[in-house]
Amino acid sequence: MDTSFTAEENAFAEEVRAFFAQAYDDDLRARLESSNPTIFRAAVIEWQKRLHAQGWIATGWPKEYGGTGWNDTQSFIYETERAAAGVRDVIPFGLKMVGPVIYAFGTDEQKERFLPKILESDEWWCQGYSEPGSGSDLASLKTRADIDGDDYIINGAKIWTSYAQHADWIFCLVRTNSDGKKQQGITFLLIDMASPGIKVNPIVSIDGHHSLNEVEFNNVRVPMANRIGEQDKGWTYAKALLAHERTGIAGVADSKRGLTQLRELAANEVNAGRTLLSDPLFQKRLSDIEIELMALEFTELRVLASVAVGGAPGAESSMLKIKGTEIQQAIQQLTMDVAGYYQGMLPNDMSAEQLGHDFGSQARQAFMYGRAATVYGGSNEIQKNIMAKAVLGL
Amino acid sequence: MNFDFTEEQNMLRDSVARFVQDNYTFDTRQQIAASDTAMSEQNWQTFAELGWLSIPFAEEHGGFDGDAVDIVLMMEQLGKGLVLEPYLATVVLFGGLLSQGGNAQQQSTIIPTIIDGSCQGAFAYAERQSRFELADVKTLAKPSPEGFVLTGEKVVVINGANAAQFIVSARSSGDQADETGISLFLLPADAKGLMITRYRMMDGQLVANLVLQDVTVSGSALVGELDAGYALMESVILQANVALAAEAVGIMQELNTKTLEYSKTREQFGVAIGSFQALQHRMVDTFMAYEQVKSLLYRAVCAMTDETRDAAIAVHALKVLLDKNSKLVFGEAIQIHGGMGLTDELDIGHFAKRLMMINTTFGDGDFHQSRFNALRYS
Repeated sequence: MDTSFTAEENAFAEEVRAFFAQAYDDDLRARLESSNPTIFRAAVIEWQKRLHAQGWIATGWPKEYGGTGWNDTQSFIYETERAAAGVRDVIPFGLKMVGPVIYAFGTDEQKERFLPKILESDEWWCQGYSEPGSGSDLASLKTRADIDGDDYIINGAKIWTSYAQHADWIFCLVRTNSDGKKQQGITFLLIDMASPGIKVNPIVSIDGHHSLNEVEFNNVRVPMANRIGEQDKGWTYAKALLAHERTGIAGVADSKRGLTQLRELAANEVNAGRTLLSDPLFQKRLSDIEIELMALEFTELRVLASVAVGGAPGAESSMLKIKGTEIQQAIQQLTMDVAGYYQGMLPNDMSAEQLGHDFGSQARQAFMYGRAATVYGGSNEIQKNIMAKAVLGL
Repeated sequence: MNFDFTEEQNMLRDSVARFVQDNYTFDTRQQIAASDTAMSEQNWQTFAELGWLSIPFAEEHGGFDGDAVDIVLMMEQLGKGLVLEPYLATVVLFGGLLSQGGNAQQQSTIIPTIIDGSCQGAFAYAERQSRFELADVKTLAKPSPEGFVLTGEKVVVINGANAAQFIVSARSSGDQADETGISLFLLPADAKGLMITRYRMMDGQLVANLVLQDVTVSGSALVGELDAGYALMESVILQANVALAAEAVGIMQELNTKTLEYSKTREQFGVAIGSFQALQHRMVDTFMAYEQVKSLLYRAVCAMTDETRDAAIAVHALKVLLDKNSKLVFGEAIQIHGGMGLTDELDIGHFAKRLMMINTTFGDGDFHQSRFNALRYS
């Protein structure tokens, strides 16, 4: 049993730290936190292009498709350093979701057409899975694709589509067959967001922001050449995608940074003559979270180690998701509590900063949007169903 | 980075697992618990023959030179069988104090007798008023012409009923709660002035209270430096906490396995109760609770064997989560077993009682969380 890093791995960590210190400068950092969507989008693309120039844009991809080809330990180190430096993760829809599906199941033409533009961040993707009537029961989706010559004609609606307002392309699960099991008869399509008949309706979420959307499809024409793999087999490709993202699903590195920030905040908040951080009740709440996170960090390492020797990540990633999101929400909750009544300050009114207190609004936004974590990607209750079946054999 | 065990470690684990499976059915265990000594001398000799009693000791004393990983693998398997033989008390605590603090003569005469199974030991540290605080020592050690005279009382001494030799903490200088001024002394069970009161605990252990009435020991009975016993105790108890947590992890796994099996066979409303989502989610929770403690156990073991990491923080964290999660695991195990879970006949409640005793040994969750907080947040 040995969890220490080799000299080579330590040198790699040093290299990653040095790169972030130089490339993720304060000016960029400020623009990435902008609430102006145009500035934000441009800043994301600029940052991702810098990462690409460094060769680190596609951390999970094999080398032959332009990825880093890192092993799990290298990915783990990269992820740890990224979060510790407060560097935002790449927008996942192209790089972490559809990209791997395309290189694993796409045709050569699709690989040539789509992968370079994903790596260059020249095309922005969004994900069309959930529907107004299909949430946790994803396979019940009803958006229809009817064959017309060499095209599909799409009718239906997708919902909770993050960044659809910025996206050039959407990858969708659509129904091509209603006979038999509902998981069969689903097809995986790549759809140009500029296609006639697509309408994006914004959804303002409880954090006060617009990142979610409903995407309507009215007789949208999609060439069959944009289908991934075989017709009616889309569920298989979608499932492979879910298993792809092993490292990082627990968000350990980001939660560690969240806890560090929380500690700093609590060291500055004074209550009845002493800092919150020195209050035993607060300390207990903080260490409840920190101890769970210390455990989760090793749970993730154990999962990675078992995957490295040929184990399947499958159901263990459900556990990483459940514990990881519980911890994220606990940190968000405690940060809100540290903010006290400043958690209620709205960004567009008298700002919290003007009032002499600068994190209440951020804390609220993180907390409110953070409710999504236990809902998306298969709610935590669905994850428990998966574990009951796959791990416990129930 | 890997969590693999060596070939030797795998063999050790398998051999302990086989012993438990072949020789330690629940009925046998209950018979041993009810016996006069609450342990089996025959089993203890088997432990000696298999080399288990030699694991942490140095080769020069006939030991195996093992590390924390070996002890963890061993204790995890012993936990699954609710094994009563005093491995922790004799090998980890008593033996650990001698290994780390004993003088050459103590080591060369006593350690070989631990290894061959002829000497059981115990460590008497707790007092009526001390609760979990190691430094709270009222038992006095006064210098005398022969060496020292010990006077005071020690409570809940693990394996105190069977031990042939004790190591006792006593105050040689300073105030009642000072960390400095504590010294450790080795004394035989038949020392003049030592009175031993034996009693049973809910987990089947036979423990003892000691009354020391002017017990005279020679200067060479000192284990470690005079007045510097606290650091030695702390260091050995850190290791003992990891060993205990490993035993608890074995128990939690066993409880989860038995509960899951029961849920697959017990039928109500015409179906196995394990088909109900309300129970499935609870069993997923107890599975995760077990995995999280196991992760902290590994984390603590890595910290113990890697000097660059802070072992104390890792061990405090381990005991905090163990306290919380083990209560969830045994609570759900009893609940899901329904009425049967309440019977003395079934092993479930006995696993629960052992977990409860483990949690109170060397500090409960609150105690360790206070320590953790003090180290991390001040």
